Amino acid sequence: MLHMTGTILRNLFSQRATRLYPIEKREPFAEVRGELLFDVEKCTFCVRCQMACPSQCITVDRKAATWACDAFACVYCGICADTCPDGALSHAPAYRPVAREKSQMFYQGVLKEKPKKAAPAAAPAAAPAGESPKPEKAEA
Amino acid sequence: MPRTVVPFGPQHPVLPEPIHLTLHCEDEIIKEAVPAIGYVHRGLEKLAEIRDHNQMVQVVERVCGICSMIHAAAYCAAVEQILGIKPPPRAEYLRVVWSELHRMHSHLLWLGLYADAFGFESLFMHFWRIRERIMDVMEATAGNRVIISVNVVGGVRRDLTPEQQKWVLSEVDWVEKEVARLKDVMMNDYTVKKRTVGVGILSKEQALELGAAGPMLRGSGVAQDMRMTGYHAYGELGFEPVVETDGDSYARSNVRFREVLAAVDLVRQAMAKLPDSELATAYKGRPKGEAVMRVEQPRGELLYYVKSSGGKYLDRVRIRTPTFANIPPLCAVLPGLELADIPVVVLSMDPCISCTER
Amino acid sequence: MIDHIEDITAETLIGKVEALKKEGYRLVTMTATDLDAETVDLLYSFDKDLALMHLRLSAKKNAPAKSISGVYFAAFLVENEIREQFGLTFEGLVLDFGGALLLEDSVRPTPLCRYTVVEAKPEAPVAGA
Repeated sequence: MLHMTGTILRNLFSQRATRLYPIEKREPFAEVRGELLFDVEKCTFCVRCQMACPSQCITVDRKAATWACDAFACVYCGICADTCPDGALSHAPAYRPVAREKSQMFYQGVLKEKPKKAAPAAAPAAAPAGESPKPEKAEA
Repeated sequence: MPRTVVPFGPQHPVLPEPIHLTLHCEDEIIKEAVPAIGYVHRGLEKLAEIRDHNQMVQVVERVCGICSMIHAAAYCAAVEQILGIKPPPRAEYLRVVWSELHRMHSHLLWLGLYADAFGFESLFMHFWRIRERIMDVMEATAGNRVIISVNVVGGVRRDLTPEQQKWVLSEVDWVEKEVARLKDVMMNDYTVKKRTVGVGILSKEQALELGAAGPMLRGSGVAQDMRMTGYHAYGELGFEPVVETDGDSYARSNVRFREVLAAVDLVRQAMAKLPDSELATAYKGRPKGEAVMRVEQPRGELLYYVKSSGGKYLDRVRIRTPTFANIPPLCAVLPGLELADIPVVVLSMDPCISCTER
Repeated sequence: MIDHIEDITAETLIGKVEALKKEGYRLVTMTATDLDAETVDLLYSFDKDLALMHLRLSAKKNAPAKSISGVYFAAFLVENEIREQFGLTFEGLVLDFGGALLLEDSVRPTPLCRYTVVEAKPEAPVAGA
């Protein structure tokens, strides 16, 4: 009976163990592999991410200079970001928001000239192309 | 007396995952138990036919939703054996650190579920509250809560900075302190003991003959822990298997409870000895040959058999998970028990059915 | 690559396994690997005091292999699984699911095999299923 007293007192004066979630949110850790980010301007369409992806959700078209990812098949392992030689892929620390419709990440780039550092002036007008089911950020 | 057949599962309040047992009872006493699985089979072994040996790392991680890192480490170690390479020492130690963190959170998860099985819900919440800290450690150091994807063939992908090491050590100190506080309730409580002591006894001979694994084996007094074989860096760390001799549900929960504390100790040892080196060994070519690797998962001995003939895809990846080995002993334990004790005894083997069926 | 491996034949299998059990070995598992459309490589793994030893056996799919579940009861689960994943049947199984461990009774041929195996007939309903 008496040994309960300590527990009761501790519980009275200690903080709660949980968070009042929607009001109070914890900042995500910096290292977390959250949403997959793609920078089409850096991409050279080398297809390495497509070859390495364990869930085979990335499709790169070398000739047409397109990069697509089925974000709903992605398993957020981070292998593509590790493999990318150009630093075009990275992870945001926050998770992707929930979505009501399935959509693809789709990017249309411009093919770089043969010598790799040829023309920075020809910086591609990298806009998500219209023929994709959804433009890339409209998933949320 | 005529027999009644009571179906247990696949959906049952006590089961986190679907397994079916056909219980043949006389009155309230079980006379025979026949298992049936196949509700969550995903064909991950077959996926080796269309994934190369690097992509398979992420596939085997998804065999188990609780001890994913240990699966990947075992698979990588098997492929490294075939390739004839050795991961750098730092990678071996980091694998130990993350393995033991996984063991801690898996056992805490089980202790909570077990408390829930005999109706002690506040104890369940306390164990899961402690576990949440370890999930945070995993998320902050490796980038995800459970499927942390730190392994690659040849080593690991992530490192621990000195600040992270210090923080991880302070977190496991906290975990140790909090778990020790719950010891009295889990191990000495009158009601808990009433439900678990002397229930579901598996003798030492039975355990060996029926091929039990992990805490099921060690709870029956067999000192067998794959970590004694010294894979990864375990050979260089001071380690003793946790053994209990009674073979009942209480002994099995006691083994797991003490293993949480042993895991804390191993994390500390590995951190103290963490050598400096690169994180992964580079290699060329594809694996050609076959290898068997055994590691200790929270649920017991895990066996990987990998065979490759040098082609793009592996010929065979065979995964023998501990729960697969523990189903025959479970069926041997159940006859003679009362129907009301079945949930507690079934949970005492720590069933992980997704692992079992892969 | 694998230490302590011994090639055996179907005739010597049961005797060898019984001898191992007398010596106190624990059955770890069995592993099946497709060699080609007709042959399966069976690897029996045993453990004693943390040391592994294996028996290797080539089995033809057109004839049933001998079950060791009479010696080691624990083998029934893996033998039933091999039947569904590789189309190799076992005779003398102590608990035979008849190809319905992972699958439904009505699913024939099994979709889990690399090489399609058509079994002669779906067998009688099973004890536990």
